[in-house]
Amino acid sequence: MSQTFKTCSEEETIERGVEFARQLQRGDVVALTGDLGTGKTRFIQGICKGLGVQEHVASPTFTIVNQYDAHGIIVYHCDFYRVHSVADIRDVGFEEYVSSGGICLIEWAEKAHQLLPAQRYDVHLRLGNDEQIREITIEKIVEVEV
Amino acid sequence: MNVLGIETSCDETAAAVLQDGIVKSNIISSQLVHQKYGGVVPELASRAHQRLIVPVVEEALHIAGIKKEQLESVAVTYGPGLVGALLVGLNFAKALAYGLKIPFIGVNHMEAHLYSNFIDEPKPNFPLLCLIVSGGHTQLVLVRQFFHHQLLGETLDDAAGEAFDKVAKMLGLGFPGGPIIDKLAKQGNPDFVKFPRSFLDEDSFDFSFSGIKTSVLYWLRGHKILPADSQQITINHELLTNLCASFQAAVVDVLIEKIMRALRKFEVKDVAVAGGVSANSELRRRTQELAQRQGFKLHIPKFEYCTDNGAMIAMVGWLKLKGGIRSDFGLNAVANLSL
Repeated sequence: MSQTFKTCSEEETIERGVEFARQLQRGDVVALTGDLGTGKTRFIQGICKGLGVQEHVASPTFTIVNQYDAHGIIVYHCDFYRVHSVADIRDVGFEEYVSSGGICLIEWAEKAHQLLPAQRYDVHLRLGNDEQIREITIEKIVEVEV
Repeated sequence: MNVLGIETSCDETAAAVLQDGIVKSNIISSQLVHQKYGGVVPELASRAHQRLIVPVVEEALHIAGIKKEQLESVAVTYGPGLVGALLVGLNFAKALAYGLKIPFIGVNHMEAHLYSNFIDEPKPNFPLLCLIVSGGHTQLVLVRQFFHHQLLGETLDDAAGEAFDKVAKMLGLGFPGGPIIDKLAKQGNPDFVKFPRSFLDEDSFDFSFSGIKTSVLYWLRGHKILPADSQQITINHELLTNLCASFQAAVVDVLIEKIMRALRKFEVKDVAVAGGVSANSELRRRTQELAQRQGFKLHIPKFEYCTDNGAMIAMVGWLKLKGGIRSDFGLNAVANLSL
């Protein structure tokens, strides 16, 4: 089941992130997709705010992974924009982050598609027609037992 | 005294030898790989560091003309950066120092950028205002004396260099975006589009560059240059140069404004610009102009000391060693180490 929201400002995108964070628990993985400038980092800044991260949350494009503390839970903020291959993603220790019991927030998650757990949240962001408008679709992916 | 400096916090594996504060060698893997393996772009992450650390260190010792037994200390970056990458350098440095029974010194990567200004003459005087601006960082720091830093501001979202790279990508240009945009901007009109400058609150020293990126995107879409349904950009050369010049002017305006704010608030006679973006010709021109107008001494390290390098790590190691500071072998990598 998916839900789509429309936000009209960066602040509102952050606010949506704060609200979304309420349902997150240890071990959760949030896979964000969307083009440059759609607000992935903003949404994650909201999630981190909602989780109680005190540290400064900026884009990890260069460092690939940032980590923060949220009341004792480690939050991994990954950004695979610069990454070329799944091997690189394995190399940065991605599978350990996912299975660490922390919360894993991933920008450009499509690049890690093969490594994403079956159970996760997919968040897709799109540009609206106006410079400030964004459409955010959130879908909870649940593993189906056959 | 011979100090070996090792840096593996991000993409580059780098090592340098400093002899009494003078650089004897400064080896960076991308150059080494280029020379030895014919222009292959090194892959990201720790595997590359593992493969390159030994040849890079050997080359640094070889160029410096010393044997490892002649080293008197090993300095290494322990943060901030990617943990897996940091650990390669850190563990290598610890093992080497332990084996040679010499002191080992953990270095903060951002601190090293500050002290890259002390590699060449003339050395800055304190207090020093330093803008560190690169693909991964944008920080404004006040250094009152050795190892007394005050972080005045930093980016709230994208680093300045990251904005260059991402806008270059939108414009269909290559990577890294900085040098390409710089070159094209020289032929363009910086007033062609007035992209927004995000100065934040009146007294803020922080930076924000994601808004400029988004404005460029919407400008391209609004003018049907970048269709919403495709990534394929069609643009003529003149327009491209004008957009590059306008974008670059917006970024540089913000960087200059933050330096000016700091100069109004703090009594400073020395200003430095470090990090890869300090190679940008417009930023250099504007800071030089400002230096003349305001009467401060401007320091910009040589380009090889601006991008990630071992020399600046060794420099901090040497300064710390002189101050009697050394690290415990239990020191761990810290991904989000701050100044």
